[in-house]
Amino acid sequence: MRTTRRNRLGRVCAGVLLAGTALLTSAGAALADDPSASASPADDEGAGPTEAGTTFRTATPVQQEQTATAEASTGDYLYWVFPADAGERATVRAKVTLPESATRHGASTWQVDVYDGLRRRQACMYGHQTRKAAPDANTVELSCVLRTVRAWSEPWANDPLPGSYYVRLTVVDLAEEDLGLPVRAEARVTSVDKGGSHDVDGTLSEPLVPGASSVAQAVSGDSGDDERPKAAPGSEPEDGWTSGWWTDRWLWTVGGGVLAALAAVFGYNLTRGRGRPSHVPPGF
Amino acid sequence: MIIRKRLTAGVCVLLATLAAGLGTALPAAADEPPSALSPKVELVLDVSGSMRTRDIDGQSRMSAAKQAFNDVLDAVPEEVQLGIRTLGANYPGDDRKVGCKDTKQLYPVGPLDRTEAKTAVATLAPTGWTPIGPALLGAADDLDGGDATRRIVLITDGEDTCGPLDPCEVARDIAARGIHLVIDTLGLVPNAKIRQQLTCIAEATGGTYTAVQHADELSGRVKQLVDRAAEPTITPVATEGAGSCSSAPELKAGLYTDRQEIGKHRWYRVDVRPGQELRASVSVSADRAVDNDYGVLLRAVTTHGREIVRGSESGTGRTDAISAGLRYPKPELDDVDGEEPPAETVCLDLGNSFSAPASVKTTPGMPVELTIDLVDGPDDASDVAAFGLGRGWWLLGALVLTGLVAGLLTGWISRWRIAVWRTN
Repeated sequence: MRTTRRNRLGRVCAGVLLAGTALLTSAGAALADDPSASASPADDEGAGPTEAGTTFRTATPVQQEQTATAEASTGDYLYWVFPADAGERATVRAKVTLPESATRHGASTWQVDVYDGLRRRQACMYGHQTRKAAPDANTVELSCVLRTVRAWSEPWANDPLPGSYYVRLTVVDLAEEDLGLPVRAEARVTSVDKGGSHDVDGTLSEPLVPGASSVAQAVSGDSGDDERPKAAPGSEPEDGWTSGWWTDRWLWTVGGGVLAALAAVFGYNLTRGRGRPSHVPPGF
Repeated sequence: MIIRKRLTAGVCVLLATLAAGLGTALPAAADEPPSALSPKVELVLDVSGSMRTRDIDGQSRMSAAKQAFNDVLDAVPEEVQLGIRTLGANYPGDDRKVGCKDTKQLYPVGPLDRTEAKTAVATLAPTGWTPIGPALLGAADDLDGGDATRRIVLITDGEDTCGPLDPCEVARDIAARGIHLVIDTLGLVPNAKIRQQLTCIAEATGGTYTAVQHADELSGRVKQLVDRAAEPTITPVATEGAGSCSSAPELKAGLYTDRQEIGKHRWYRVDVRPGQELRASVSVSADRAVDNDYGVLLRAVTTHGREIVRGSESGTGRTDAISAGLRYPKPELDDVDGEEPPAETVCLDLGNSFSAPASVKTTPGMPVELTIDLVDGPDDASDVAAFGLGRGWWLLGALVLTGLVAGLLTGWISRWRIAVWRTN
């Protein structure tokens, strides 16, 4: 608690400072600092991994805005894992290029599932999570729009929290003869920043990245060490996790305070009339 | 704060680099005895008489396989220890008993000498029976030892007709040894029985099944599977949950595997210090034919039996695994007499609601993967909004109105006071 309290104090101080600066520099500039704004460096565009894992444990890390591809067999379970930070509403898109229709024996149903860092299934708000591909279709496209990631939630809730998200792509229904045929899968995760209206109080001490301690175990054979690395490589957003103190609520609140002060001065002035009446002699 | 995050990130990067460096350093030291951590792969090739059939791009199955092997042997990552085992390569006769024992290690698992391995493969000629079960057992023994990831790649064109040893049961037994062995299967013939057998073998060990139709698909897929073995992964620790909390094994943070039979509960114990957060996630793999609807329930329970929090999930249809997770942040307690308050023992109760047709064997149990993480507790929310700050036009309106009213009142009061002062 001592550390968290200090953290919180730090967060608040930093927030107040930032709000002050933002106000002085007539705002806006601070938004560029927003760590949750998804970065997509031009040189990195689309250059994602060309493999997919086959279990949660072997899931291939992929960053947002990257396109991951994989050659696979029909019936494989393909796993990718991407980081999502507080305030982001991620959209997972997957595309499966089916084997030639001449070799297939019927329709197939494909599905994309998303799990959070605790391997809890996450609901798709909308999108085609499951789709049936006609026997003569060449591709099938799936999508899943997740709920906005919150910085904190009660342990009894299933709300999406900052951390790793697993994408699982597989066929859920098919003609048995079609098992094992080659397919090509593509997955891409994008996200929109939902802004201050979704900024909640509280933070996790660590994002929900699983197996942080197991990584240490594998590297050093010692899990009791407190100085262990906190995350598996590739499980972090390119620009790091947000520290959690910035929210545009600072601007709204401080701005509201300033407007209130101005309004108060204005109201006070109203009651004073237009200064001294001209017929009153000075010194009276 | 930010600096600290950066620092952590920096440490991570450093460690990752170190780990990567370790990975690339291994092949340089290939002459030395291979490390216990270098992944092992065994290619198991069917050399039965039917491999003579010319139905893969106009060439015989055998020559397609040989060509694929040559490609694969050229591309094997340095750190992988590769072995080759054949089945049905030596006994051309009709005696079923002898033919069904015909499996032999062609090239031992170890650092790869490409020329030697290729020469060995070139000598193969389609000959005998298809004893898949014994071949898998042999391969599992070949891969024994060490703590690395293990993978068997089985390439066959026929079903195991040897019986009574069902290769699927063999695969499940091998998987139940807890040696993290995955069997990937490649079928060269699109035949329902072969497909069933091979998918069953793959499913039982968490592997994949591929139906091969073209020679380039064969080499591409085998290369992919060998590369997959080379991917660094975390090796889980085997544990065995108990039937009740009091006798449950005590787990620390880490990755564990276990086996759970259908309908049985598994208990584990974790010590959580005040101010720490317990994160547990579990997946139960459906490694056999199960009924269409299933579920998993993970509960965190106090030693007195009170449920703290639970994670549950249910599903329907085709799946590889079902998973659930939970978080339990233990509140901070104040020190008593300068002593740290003791850790609380949290019992984790894992249950599943799989069911299987009566024909399906329920032992050994289904594979369970359990991740336990212990991190610092969260910074709990004291308000719905971040820091209790406001947002939106209603807030601005309310503040401006309040300011205006306050200003007016102040002005009127001061005027009234001046007026009172003047009249006196």
